[in-house]
This record gives sequence, structure tokens and C-alpha cells, in this order.
Amino acid sequence: MDGYLLQLADIEKSFGDTRVLKGISLSVSQGEFITLLGSSGCGKTTTLRIIAGLESPDKGRVLLSGQDVTELEPNRRDVNTVFQSYALFPHMNVGANVGYSLKIRKTPKEEIRRRVGEMLELVQLSGFEKRMPGELSGGQKQRVAIARALINEPRLLLLDEPLGALDLQLRRQMQQELKRLQKKLGITFIYITHDQEEALNMSDRIAVMKDGRFQQIGPPNEVYDAPKTSYVARFVGAANIVHGTVEKVEGDVVSFTGTQGGGRFLSRGHGFAPGQPVTLALRGEQAQAVREFDRQDEGLPGVVKEKSFSGGMLRIAVELSGGEEFICMRQGIDAGLAPGDPVKIQWEPASACPVDL
Amino acid sequence: MKKKRKARGGALAVLPLYIFTLAFVAGPLVYMLALSFMTRAETWGVVPAFTLRNYQDIFQPVYLATFWESLKLAAVSTVLVIAIGYPFGYFMAKLTAKWKKRTMMLLMIPFWTSSLLRLYGWIIIFRAGGVLDSILSSLHITEEPLKLLYTYPAVVVGMVYALVPFMIFSVYSSAEKLDFSLVEAARDLGATPFQAFRTVSLKLTLPGLLSGVILTFVPSMGLFFIADILGGNKVVLVGNLIQEQLMKAHNWPFAAALSVALLLITTLLLFLYRRLSGVKELEGLV
Repeated sequence: MDGYLLQLADIEKSFGDTRVLKGISLSVSQGEFITLLGSSGCGKTTTLRIIAGLESPDKGRVLLSGQDVTELEPNRRDVNTVFQSYALFPHMNVGANVGYSLKIRKTPKEEIRRRVGEMLELVQLSGFEKRMPGELSGGQKQRVAIARALINEPRLLLLDEPLGALDLQLRRQMQQELKRLQKKLGITFIYITHDQEEALNMSDRIAVMKDGRFQQIGPPNEVYDAPKTSYVARFVGAANIVHGTVEKVEGDVVSFTGTQGGGRFLSRGHGFAPGQPVTLALRGEQAQAVREFDRQDEGLPGVVKEKSFSGGMLRIAVELSGGEEFICMRQGIDAGLAPGDPVKIQWEPASACPVDL
Repeated sequence: MKKKRKARGGALAVLPLYIFTLAFVAGPLVYMLALSFMTRAETWGVVPAFTLRNYQDIFQPVYLATFWESLKLAAVSTVLVIAIGYPFGYFMAKLTAKWKKRTMMLLMIPFWTSSLLRLYGWIIIFRAGGVLDSILSSLHITEEPLKLLYTYPAVVVGMVYALVPFMIFSVYSSAEKLDFSLVEAARDLGATPFQAFRTVSLKLTLPGLLSGVILTFVPSMGLFFIADILGGNKVVLVGNLIQEQLMKAHNWPFAAALSVALLLITTLLLFLYRRLSGVKELEGLV
């Protein structure tokens, strides 16, 4: 129980008839950067609001440094939030916005002025005290919102899609700046996004959410390379999903027959028994569409449907004989494949990842 | 070229508005101002002889007292209207769309009937042995009739009743624009519910409150028929005074001078109020 900065224990929350959170648990250590990743409506914002105290759970506990804060008012929690829409006070200038929490706590004016100056310097907005929020660009508003949330030195900073409204270039830049800030201050960040790239770039750990549950919690490489569920494989790694039945097990090499389009293929793993249905996840760059093949070769049979070039990779869409689509990615411009070519999709047994176990 | 034509078209479009304002607002004001410096004729009408007498007359204690009473009544009514109308408008803005519509409907329905008729309704409620008395005595709260009709409180109730919808509407339109995530941000940053209200919600709905005050305070100085109907002869306001001078005493110049004085007082008060509250814009007014 000890040692964690934040613990969520079996949190449930419904709005009307909709069960938004169906029992989630999470432990976060001091100084960690953890991302809640999921598509909209998965419950990630509700989770954040429950941590902040803006919403109270129907069931479960929230612990901050081991102390139960489930019923504590938001103003009495040592947690601050950077809101999705920034939520800057439009009637106050930047200085008053940033200094708000100090003023509420009746900090002496001189100290407020000094600390606001320091915070603005930290987010590279020195001298902006007198500006009104309406005069700022999106990126500047974002920085003010961060400065305002950090000035009180919270133990935990919650960020609700803070970069959602910014353009791609600014997003990249702000991602790095946020990461830098977090390292410098040593504050724990809980970050919400629906952008898997952002999550993979910034986080110490990622918690993938779907329908009010955590699908997988782990470091970025684990979530990316060893997804536990087909949802995580698709959402984080844009992986292909293949269904098959175990044919035989030889050591740690398992061979399968495809459920829908036939074909034989391999993976590595333990604890499989013949006849067992298994789902495999395969990222596009781990599989190859091969034109010259024998009937006996393992692989998924299909026909090339489409070729396109994106992000320095050639993307080959193959229609499997079962009707599903399989995407292969490879380096280079041309693979000597044309739409209509019959192919077999093959992979190294170790790169196929059994999911949904 | 096109722009020029467009601009001219725009000017033409607002021309009727200018003419209307000149004819029905500026014109009468100038006429009233001129009238206030003229002399009352011996028999009937006005003689165009310049005099300051009308303004000097205002400073007679009896008239000063009337002004003072009117200001007090307007202040009391306004405070009560704020007390009822502000929370009403504020919380109405937080209702779901369906309930907003229903509440708005309920607020609008009384406007389908003449305000004069509705005031007579209050007579039925207030008069000795009327609705209020029967309810109170049947509940054994009072034994004797309250005799509320033709009293100061009855006039205040009438004023508040007539003016509270305007406060509700203007606060509502201000509060509807209030982004509730700002209140949450304030709470998140350490504000108690009251502090969050004072520093964020109230500040951002102040324009609505201020226009509500104007829509309440200014009319309540002059709504003579409310004082007439519910106050009998006991409550005399500036509005009553003007009406009396105009319709009964036929002293038009004095009535005009009183009106100018009333206009100056309300303008001055609004100017002061606006200065003190620091609000630059008024909800739906300016």
C-alpha cells in the first residue's frame, strides 16, 4: 500500500444509465509520467475528474500518499488540473490567472508577484503578466494554464488532452517542453490523450482504456511490442489481428490453422493446447507479403488490393481469402507487387503476439 | 466600388432608425427641456417666458421629500429584485435545455396579460378579507386582516413583481454564457464554492446584473400607477408627482422640470454605479 503517490481502488461511476467506469484500479509512483490513452468516451476524463475531486465515484477509493481523499473537496486536494479548454479566467490578466491559487490562499502580494514571474519564466512567457487571455495564441494560453496549475507546487498534475487544440508542429514542441518541465520539477503527471504517438513519446507508463476499463497498463515498449488485447494491439500499434486454431505445439513454436481464410502459420509461446482458438496481433512492418510461394509454405493466402506510399514506408493492403484486410508495411518504394497479385503473408514466429488470452 | 455601395445601402437601412430616434426620443426630450424653462399660463397652457422658477420649486421640502421617498423605494425594490432575480436567473442557466424552455415559458406567460390587470390581481390578494388574509387565517397564522392594501409594503411587492422578470432575463443571458469549467478550474485551484462564486461566476455575470439593476431601478422611480393602485394616496412617488402636475394641476412646465430632474438623478446614479462596479459592457443594452 505504501510508497505510491496515488492509488485508485476499484472505482466505479455511472451517469444515469450509462456505466462510465466499471471498476478501475491504478497505482502511480512519485515522479511518474503516466498517460491514460483511449478513444473518446472511454472514461479517461471521468477518471481524471474523480482524481481532481470534481466528480465523486459511486464505488471505490481514491488515495493520495496513502490518505483517503475520496470525499475531499477539490480545493482541499493537493492536485491541480490543466483543463482541456484551458479554462483561463477571461476577466483576469495572465498574472492574475497564474497567481489565482496563491491569492485565494491569501499569500502576500509581493510573494505572488515574484512567484508568478518565476512561473511565467518557466513556461517561457516572461513579461506577459498584463496581457488578457483573449490576446493570447493557443500555445500561449496552454502555457498560462500550465503555469497556473503548477504555481502551487501540487504533488500531482492532471492534464486533460492539453495539446488537443494545437497544430501538429506546436504539439511536438509542447510535448518536449512538457516532458522537460516534468523532469525538472519532479512532479507526477497524469496525462490524458487519444493520440497513441503522443502517449508513446512522453510516458513512463501508458494505461490503455476502453469502455470504462483498463485494457493494459505498462511502459510504452511493452504496450507497443507485447499488447495484451487485440484492442491495444490495434489502437497503439495499428496491428493486424489474425484468428487461428492451435494445430500442434513443438517446443515453444506453435502452429495454427487460420479460422477464416485457411492457411498455416506460426508463433512462439507456451501453454497452448491443440484445438485451442487463439488471436494473434501482428504489426504491419513485421509481416511480409510474398509473391513466390509454394502451396506447402506457411502464411496467410490473399490478394494485393492496394499499394500506397506513406511516411517513408510502402503500405500494402492485402485482402485475405477470408475477406479481412491485412496491412503490410515495408521499406522502399516498390516491392514488385501489383494489385491483383496472389500473395502469402508470412512472418517470423517470434513477432506474432498472442492476445486476448 | 462595391464596398461603397454597400456602405451607402447600410446607411439607408438605418436611416428610419435615426428618424425614429430623432422624432420620438430626441425631439420630446428637447421639447421637455424647453418646456421646463417656461412659465405656466394663468388659465391653461404655457407662456414662452423664460424662468428658473420651476427648478426652484423642486427644492421645496415637500418635493424634495418625494424625491427622497422615490429613491428609497427604488433602492428597496432593486435590492429585493436582485435577491430574487439573480439566483433565479443564475440557476435557470444551469437547467437542462428542456427545463430552461419550460421555465422561460412560465416567465413569459404573465406578459400576455396587461400589467395593469395583473396589478388589480394584487388588490384581490391584498385587500382586507382577500386571498392572502383568507389563506393566513385558515392556516391560523393570523386572526385579524392584515390590511396590506394601500401600504408601503404593498407598493414594494407590486414593484418587485413587475420588475423581477427583467432582472431574471438579463442575469440569465449573462449566466448562460458562463463556462462552468471556469468554476471548476477555480475550485481545482483551491477556491471554496463561495470564493469561486465571488471571484469567477459573479464577476462574469456582473454585466447581466448591472443591466438588470438599470432595468429595475430606473422604472421603479417612475412607475406611478403601481403606487396609485396598490398604495392609494399614501405613497407618492416622483412618477405620481409628475403625473399629477401634468394631468390634474395642468402645470406642464413644473412637470417637465421634475422629469428633467428625475432624468438627471437616474443618469448620475447609473454613471456612479457603473464607475464603482467597473463593468464596461452591459448585457444586451450597450
